[in-house]
Amino acid sequence: MEIKGTKDGILVNLEDQDWLEAKGELIDQITNRYEFFQGAQLILDVGNNVLRAKDLGELRDILFAQDVTLSAIHSHSIVTLETAQLLGLKSLPDSPQEKPARKLKPLDTVLPGENAVMIHRTMRSGFKVAYHGHVVVLGDVNPGAEIIASGSVVVWGRLLGTVHAGAEGDETAVICALDLSPLQLRIATKVAIAPKGDKDPQPEVASINGDQIIAESWQM
Amino acid sequence: MSGKVITITSGKGGVGKTTTAANLGVALASMGNKVVCIDSDIGLRNLDVVLGLENRIVYDLVDAVEGRCRVSQAMIRDKRIETLYLIPAAQTRDKNAVSPSDMIKLCDTLREDVDWIIIDSPAGIERGFRNAIAPADEVLVVTNPEVSAVRDADRIIGLVEAEERGPAKLVINRLKTAMVKRGDMLSAEDVVELLAIPLIGIVPEDENVIISTNQGQPIALNEKCLAGRSFVNIARRVKGEEVPWLDLNEKEGLFNRLGKIISGGG
Repeated sequence: MEIKGTKDGILVNLEDQDWLEAKGELIDQITNRYEFFQGAQLILDVGNNVLRAKDLGELRDILFAQDVTLSAIHSHSIVTLETAQLLGLKSLPDSPQEKPARKLKPLDTVLPGENAVMIHRTMRSGFKVAYHGHVVVLGDVNPGAEIIASGSVVVWGRLLGTVHAGAEGDETAVICALDLSPLQLRIATKVAIAPKGDKDPQPEVASINGDQIIAESWQM
Repeated sequence: MSGKVITITSGKGGVGKTTTAANLGVALASMGNKVVCIDSDIGLRNLDVVLGLENRIVYDLVDAVEGRCRVSQAMIRDKRIETLYLIPAAQTRDKNAVSPSDMIKLCDTLREDVDWIIIDSPAGIERGFRNAIAPADEVLVVTNPEVSAVRDADRIIGLVEAEERGPAKLVINRLKTAMVKRGDMLSAEDVVELLAIPLIGIVPEDENVIISTNQGQPIALNEKCLAGRSFVNIARRVKGEEVPWLDLNEKEGLFNRLGKIISGGG
């Protein structure tokens, strides 16, 4: 375990150490070096560990009791980053320093394709997903939720929140939903605000046409 | 005895958390259960006022947690219902005086000798909210049929799920049937459709709630009042009873009724 001071707080790098073991070691360190850690903002790099709300929430509360604030999580795991976000912690995809080489080797049997993430739940207000690739949601996207994807976004449900597709400039990205009634849509550099008013929900797909975003009914 | 902990929360302030907590406590206690209401809004306490017990506070939640008194000393017995107790919040401290693990410990102690522990959460999503939901077995989210309150409720429901205390149950408070009919207010169906969690109560807007709150006489004690009956029904549903939904249209002003009689209707 590597511990060092940075301008944003104390950075602890667990690398790929086992979570339970690393957690114990970290708590020991904090108890033994109380003066060093007291009142600190802690930035935790958890490497490839996949952590749930229970794991991170528990650590946060233990640290809080020791007068240490868990302020940010670095991780390679999208699940861990989502967890950190849900708990209101700053979540950062990579360590600020050198990137450790990913240990997972792609299997040969994987079909060639593009990266996508599947979110099998309703996204409530305050929930944010930023992903390099496509995003598929099986559920509703409520007002106040946000999706940012470098590719396209598909919502099998009601889209009422904010979506930015093609966030890295891909103008061919599309956004589709069974009921497309978002607060705001963005594709690449274009922004559209959905017209107010009741309409019968129907599947629609939004894309860039010429200079603006248009929505059309979604037909095969 | 192993008591159950129910936390009342909302995100947005002023939607009726404290009113709901007080009335749920009163209703459960008047059914003969032993109930403790805990005000976790440290620094901005008011559950004591709504229950009319303000003048009897000696020890509070922070005293109990910090060991300055026994838990039983911080429990104020209600003057009307013998099985209802209140642990008031401290007024001179802030939310950081108590931690989530303190709340879990306190509730574990209380579970031994009461049936229900009702925790009134502060508004917001910070420390006070985390304190309030940490020991919860069940979470009730209170909202009003207004877009801003529903938005905050949605956020809170997400946080409750993230802390693995879900699924929360929904209380819609201050519904005005007449406005819903005119299409000027979200209906209960609209709110439930968006939030997608089980509904456990609808409470109509009622001036008597404000009057009773000011007097420290919880409205659940008043069976003639529709809002009071709605709170009693929430308590029965919390206990697992199947209770039919009240017809919120039945309450009409005397003048309306007179008007109908005069015009030959009704």
